[in-house]
Amino acid sequence: MAEFKKADSMLEWFDQRLGVVNFAKVMMTEYWIPKNINFLWAMGVLLTVLFTFLLVSGIFLLMYYKPDAAMAFDSVNYTIMQEVAYGWLFRHIHAVGASVVFLVIYIHMFTGIYYGSYKKGREMIWISGMLLFVLFSAEGFSGYMLPWGQMSYWAAYVITEIFGGIPVIGDELVVWIRGNFYVADSTLTRFFMLHVLLIPLAILGAIVFHFYSLRFPHVNNEDGEFFDFDEEAEKYLAGNKKESKVVPFWPVFLSKDFFVLGFFMLFFFYLVFFHYSFAMDPINFDKADGLKTPAHIYPEWYFLWSYEVLRGWFFEIAGISGKDLGLMAFGFANIIFVLLPWLDRSPMVKPANQRPYFKYWFWLMMADLMVLTEFGKLPPTGPNAWVGFWASLVFLVLFIALPFITKAEAKKVEGK
Amino acid sequence: MKEFKILAVIMALVGITYYGIEPYAHSVMHPEVAPADFSFKDLKNVDTKLAGNVENGKVLVEANCIACHAIEKAGHPAVMPNADAAASYGVVPPDLSQAGRIYDKNYLANFIFDPVSAMHLQHKYSPESGKAFPMPSYNWMTPQEIMDVVAYLQSIAPKVAEGKDAHKATFEAACGRCHSMKYAGIEAATPVDTIKTYMGATPPDLSQYIKSRGEHYLHSFINDPQLLLKGTSMPRVGLSEKAQEEVIAYMEEIGDSKKAERESLGVWVLLYTFIFAILAYLWKRKIWSEVH
Repeated sequence: MAEFKKADSMLEWFDQRLGVVNFAKVMMTEYWIPKNINFLWAMGVLLTVLFTFLLVSGIFLLMYYKPDAAMAFDSVNYTIMQEVAYGWLFRHIHAVGASVVFLVIYIHMFTGIYYGSYKKGREMIWISGMLLFVLFSAEGFSGYMLPWGQMSYWAAYVITEIFGGIPVIGDELVVWIRGNFYVADSTLTRFFMLHVLLIPLAILGAIVFHFYSLRFPHVNNEDGEFFDFDEEAEKYLAGNKKESKVVPFWPVFLSKDFFVLGFFMLFFFYLVFFHYSFAMDPINFDKADGLKTPAHIYPEWYFLWSYEVLRGWFFEIAGISGKDLGLMAFGFANIIFVLLPWLDRSPMVKPANQRPYFKYWFWLMMADLMVLTEFGKLPPTGPNAWVGFWASLVFLVLFIALPFITKAEAKKVEGK
Repeated sequence: MKEFKILAVIMALVGITYYGIEPYAHSVMHPEVAPADFSFKDLKNVDTKLAGNVENGKVLVEANCIACHAIEKAGHPAVMPNADAAASYGVVPPDLSQAGRIYDKNYLANFIFDPVSAMHLQHKYSPESGKAFPMPSYNWMTPQEIMDVVAYLQSIAPKVAEGKDAHKATFEAACGRCHSMKYAGIEAATPVDTIKTYMGATPPDLSQYIKSRGEHYLHSFINDPQLLLKGTSMPRVGLSEKAQEEVIAYMEEIGDSKKAERESLGVWVLLYTFIFAILAYLWKRKIWSEVH
């Protein structure tokens, strides 16, 4: 063992044993972030805070929730909402937080796409982020089942049914996932396990990985500019703070994040206390009833666009049934974003509006996603079904065309 | 400033999407129906302008009603226990102690004249169905006699109902013969098997209906169920506006008992968060003045 001299302070005592001084430098005071950023760069910290809210409120809910088909509904709506002191507050934070976390995830994700923060060395940041998106989706879906209301039940029924479309093993797979021939107590209990243990563990791991993946390629900036971080850090440390293109994570970057966080929390708590029904659908305050299908079944808002990609294909084409076509489109929609770094063939890292072709692609995609989201909720009848079909087709075409569009863009820019 | 422009773009995109999936989608899925009518204008069989005679009404009630109905308030207890009454009639006949207060006058008079048309249940008790509503029509009475009965029932009914206990009494009289309210410990007066046979389906427990249906829906639905749920066997019960407000207030007291706490705490949390945001802004300005 190394020779330890007697420590003069508590800090030194810990530093001798844990290297806290260096650790704080690496993680906080000498972790360099570009200075040229706007408030969209605060979304990561917002997400970290929201995830913490979800984790803490979830732990409190876990103390009273009963994962049993006969007791779940009342344990949520009576015990937690009305008997436990401030139980309603934890449930509202948890339910609204789960919805709002997706809003911020989407803003974070489209910020990444807009500024081209997924390529030229930043591929692993993008992939780990998309992994988090998938894990949060699974977490959201499994959690939505737990109150065991009508929409919990029927959304679970419809979504697990999707796996039945997989060739050969489909039917058996659905039974295996549900643990029964229909959505039942066994389904509830296993989704409870997934929601409170397996998926959160995976999320925690993926968050650490996502943060780690930022260290080498560094955070992008508002102009997509590449510069030497070490050089800029030296300038900063030498006292040329105003000239340096970087700022330390603590306190400079975080001070801005806290400011954004403060105003975001005003919005969040307004929703929690006064405007929560978008996240707590009234229909889910009817207890699950496997014999009574609700008039309208729809997923939570953040799944609507991919649900509509699935639902848009309602007629047979070339001998393939609408259902199978929808499943293929749905599968495509769920993996295609991960491949973005390789679909974008232009080496330009610039905000979308400074890219001659990509800007059209970006705003078209945003518009299409909004149309899909809107029509994913509306009943799929009459003209709505056709809007859904075309919007779904446009989604596929946009992604298939992306490599060609960006290749042409690269040529155009080179030719200048 | 650039950051405000970005914020405006995001707010516009989020706002448009929100409008589409919430207010707009809900207006498509749940179209507005005719406004609630608490004077029940469609019922015109009895001239309700006639002044009723309480004394004569008492005689008529004692001759015609108390063979089946209890009127505890006037010293007429139930003829038999609930389960037996339910087995005999299909549903427990209501105690009429509160009838003069909770039911609208026009509705009550026309109900006595012809219950099925007052309840909007002609589809259930059609001649082809072979079913008959347990209470006969008193269309042989003169309008004056019917108004005498109404006047008597109004004279014995309690005048006011305020506070949770009174709301509960109104709820039990208006809804409690068919519906349970588990979270308030209220079980339907008619046993569950009997009411299921009588109605065709078990009437739902109303503990969370203030949340699942909401005040706006209940306001129209209780006034006339057929408007929102065509073909339902739930009758139009004919509650006066005041009595319906008491029923809905009770559903909220039970189903959303923390509403007052939520709304008062909300203001404090927003205030606290606002102060945090202002301090965070000032701190950010200080820190960034060194680097900009």
